[in-house]
Amino acid sequence: MLGFILRRLGTFIPTFIGVSIVSFLFIRLLPGDPILLMAGERGMSDDRYAQLMTQFGFDKPLLTQYWDYLNGLIRGDLGLSFKTKRPVWDEFFALFPATLELSLCAIAFAIGLGIPAGIVAAVNRGKWPDQALMSTALVGYSMPIFWWALLLIIFFSGTLGWTPVSGRISLMFFFPTDTGFMLIDSFRSGQAGALASAVEHLILPTIVLGTIPLAVIARQTRSAMLEVLSEDYVRTAKAKGLSPLRVNGVHALRNAMIPVITVIGLSVGTLMAGAILTETIFSWPGIGKWMVEGIGSRDYTAVQGGLLMIAVIVMVVNLVVDLLYGLINPKIRQR
Amino acid sequence: MILNKLQLLGLAAIGIAMSSTSYAQDTLVYCSEGSPEGFDPALYTAGTTFDASSRQVYNKLVEFERGTTVIAPALAESYEISEDGLVYTFKLRSGVKFHTTSFFTPTRDFNSQDVVFSFERQRLADNPYNLVSGGTWEYFNGMSMPDLIQSVEAVDDLTVKFTLTRPEAPMIANMGMDFASIVSEEYATALLEAGTPEKLNQEPIGTGPFKFIAYQKDAVIRYQAHEDYWAGKASIDNLVFAITPDNSVGYQKLLAGECHVLGYPNPADVATMQEDDSLTVLEQEGLNVGYLAYNTTVPPYDNVNVRKALNMGINKQAILDTVFQGSGKAAKNPIPPTIWSYNDATVDDEYNPEKAKEMLAAEGVEDLKMKIWAMPVVRPYNPNARRMAEVMQEDFAKIGVEVEIVSYEWGEYLKLSRELDRDGAVLLGWTGDNGDPDNFLAVLLGCDAVGNGNRAQWCHEPFDDLIQQAKVVSDQAERTDLYEQAQTVFKEQAPWATIAHSVVYKTMRNEVQDFKIDPFGGHIFYGVSLAK
Repeated sequence: MLGFILRRLGTFIPTFIGVSIVSFLFIRLLPGDPILLMAGERGMSDDRYAQLMTQFGFDKPLLTQYWDYLNGLIRGDLGLSFKTKRPVWDEFFALFPATLELSLCAIAFAIGLGIPAGIVAAVNRGKWPDQALMSTALVGYSMPIFWWALLLIIFFSGTLGWTPVSGRISLMFFFPTDTGFMLIDSFRSGQAGALASAVEHLILPTIVLGTIPLAVIARQTRSAMLEVLSEDYVRTAKAKGLSPLRVNGVHALRNAMIPVITVIGLSVGTLMAGAILTETIFSWPGIGKWMVEGIGSRDYTAVQGGLLMIAVIVMVVNLVVDLLYGLINPKIRQR
Repeated sequence: MILNKLQLLGLAAIGIAMSSTSYAQDTLVYCSEGSPEGFDPALYTAGTTFDASSRQVYNKLVEFERGTTVIAPALAESYEISEDGLVYTFKLRSGVKFHTTSFFTPTRDFNSQDVVFSFERQRLADNPYNLVSGGTWEYFNGMSMPDLIQSVEAVDDLTVKFTLTRPEAPMIANMGMDFASIVSEEYATALLEAGTPEKLNQEPIGTGPFKFIAYQKDAVIRYQAHEDYWAGKASIDNLVFAITPDNSVGYQKLLAGECHVLGYPNPADVATMQEDDSLTVLEQEGLNVGYLAYNTTVPPYDNVNVRKALNMGINKQAILDTVFQGSGKAAKNPIPPTIWSYNDATVDDEYNPEKAKEMLAAEGVEDLKMKIWAMPVVRPYNPNARRMAEVMQEDFAKIGVEVEIVSYEWGEYLKLSRELDRDGAVLLGWTGDNGDPDNFLAVLLGCDAVGNGNRAQWCHEPFDDLIQQAKVVSDQAERTDLYEQAQTVFKEQAPWATIAHSVVYKTMRNEVQDFKIDPFGGHIFYGVSLAK
């Protein structure tokens, strides 16, 4: 197992260098000069332009700029955000816990409902539960996020008044956010109602963000289960008189899990990169919106640093998924 | 473990019952549109940043009276201008206290050292704060301060002298701008000694009506009223900015009582908001102008009659209806009506396609093909430049002018549109910085600005003489007269088709009292109260 992990970690280094090059070049290849954008309609003199180009090091050859960037990376320095003038590292980690918290809730919601829905649909193949669940999944998958979120807000927050409209916690609560995870910080604060407020604020964003992964997981579970359910060993298990719960829930599901875990892994990776629409609508202070704003203002350092960090996180998630494959199917581990 | 889960569930249930949104009467929540870039206003140019910093936490030497563009004393009780217009002497207010917070306790009152430091850090490359937080001091540079200010000296504890390199009447208005906010020299020195100078931009200390308490990026900013504020403590004890980037969601928050003021309601929602008895909607024309600038150096646009004819071919009402959708007013002058010296006597070019066609024919212009540049971005003065260009394309087709619409990436657009031999008329606009007419007329139409802010490349001596004269005269009545004349000349010469001034809406719950729309687009909460 250790060898497997080390082999996987070994592939990190070239991937990391590759991603650093891509993230560095990506934002620079976009048309648009950050200094001209900064000046806006006001414009600036040629002298001032040249002065700022030197101050930010944009006048150096691209290779030198990359080398400086790489040197910074080795020291753990992602540079100062061009827009906010604050360290990119600080900016990223001020926002990332919010994205992580929401992503984990969304994926838990998607797994918690998606896998059972997939199993029920597969077991009842062609019958009404299958058709109802899969049609709902298709609707969920096709739903425009923006519209879905506003619909939920208007109904649950506006009409019924059950959930708050947006934010992470009611503004009446004020406590230090040491970990950045509102569920943990609100619990640690000891303030009455703080944790509940944090939970309330998570409900709608979790549903909105979890809807598409839920639909994908349900459909994937169904098709994987159908494949496995037609295998000989399942028939044997049934013939041996095992309960349907044991046949479907243990024998079939475990073997159907590999493609489902792949889908979950991919979804987690995508969610970690930030959910721009969900974050914007629910005023959720995550990295998705931060990255988009960075691209808009050609904030080279923020975008290249942010992309790199996201890539590292996605790589780690993939590693975890690979390890899970090994746990489920020992044959993969031995390869 | 099970018990823990049960405890958690129990806590959650109790909390849900308790946490229905209700704020103390003395807390005002503002649904702001975005996160500030930082809290040192001199480092940035965005209104969102100024709202969170200079407009609540800091003061300037002079400030604009709330809701107007009229200058009033602030940290300076009075000022004198030397006869040659080169020396400005400010008498400072005594007994002004800086904020005492959990991160800083001042040992002295505000004095001239703070003023000198606030400007020298932006002006002098050898100031230890000049490069802190990647300082580029864009506004200070953009307003040509480095060329204008020769020295800033502390004459005594409560007197500061600014010596200029040339007479500049808008200097006082510049002192009311956000970059001219006064920071604490004592705090800055303490941070430098502690090796954390960048905190000046993260944990601000000012003399303003609210002191900074805490900030969570993209979520919330908290302020508390400054007990010893020199102009009297604010009516509201706590001010909270709930950062809400989506305006539809902001509207829902307003309805749910989760915030009191919404900074940027969607124009489409305004009619519904106006019908809601629990809400108040204020509206005012913004301090901006959207225009189409011809290149007056290129034929046939060097001919004033051709420009006039084209102006007469534009149906502004159609633009207001389709592009602004009710959030714009037709512009006839190059400055908005909220600025002093606005000349209401000028007459706009009427919409008359027939006459326009005849005028073009009389000038021998036939089968004219022109380019209209459409900006790729949304601006307050032009919410949809592409659509605006399309409306003009249709209008011009009616007078026999064939229009090709072109666009570039925003940075490129700004750069290429400055070129002297530019092919085509440019859609652009301007938002005022300091409420001084010079900030529009000289920056956008002066001879010095040709090849830069003057997109019409229009250098017209009679006009330029008037605005140059107005720059060096201190008497406002005299300046008003000169600017009014300049607007008349502008209208006769038509280097632009003036299109529109945006209309700004602010929506608030009825309990919010005395909120005034800031012509500069800011949100100022000193002077605002909540009905009990």
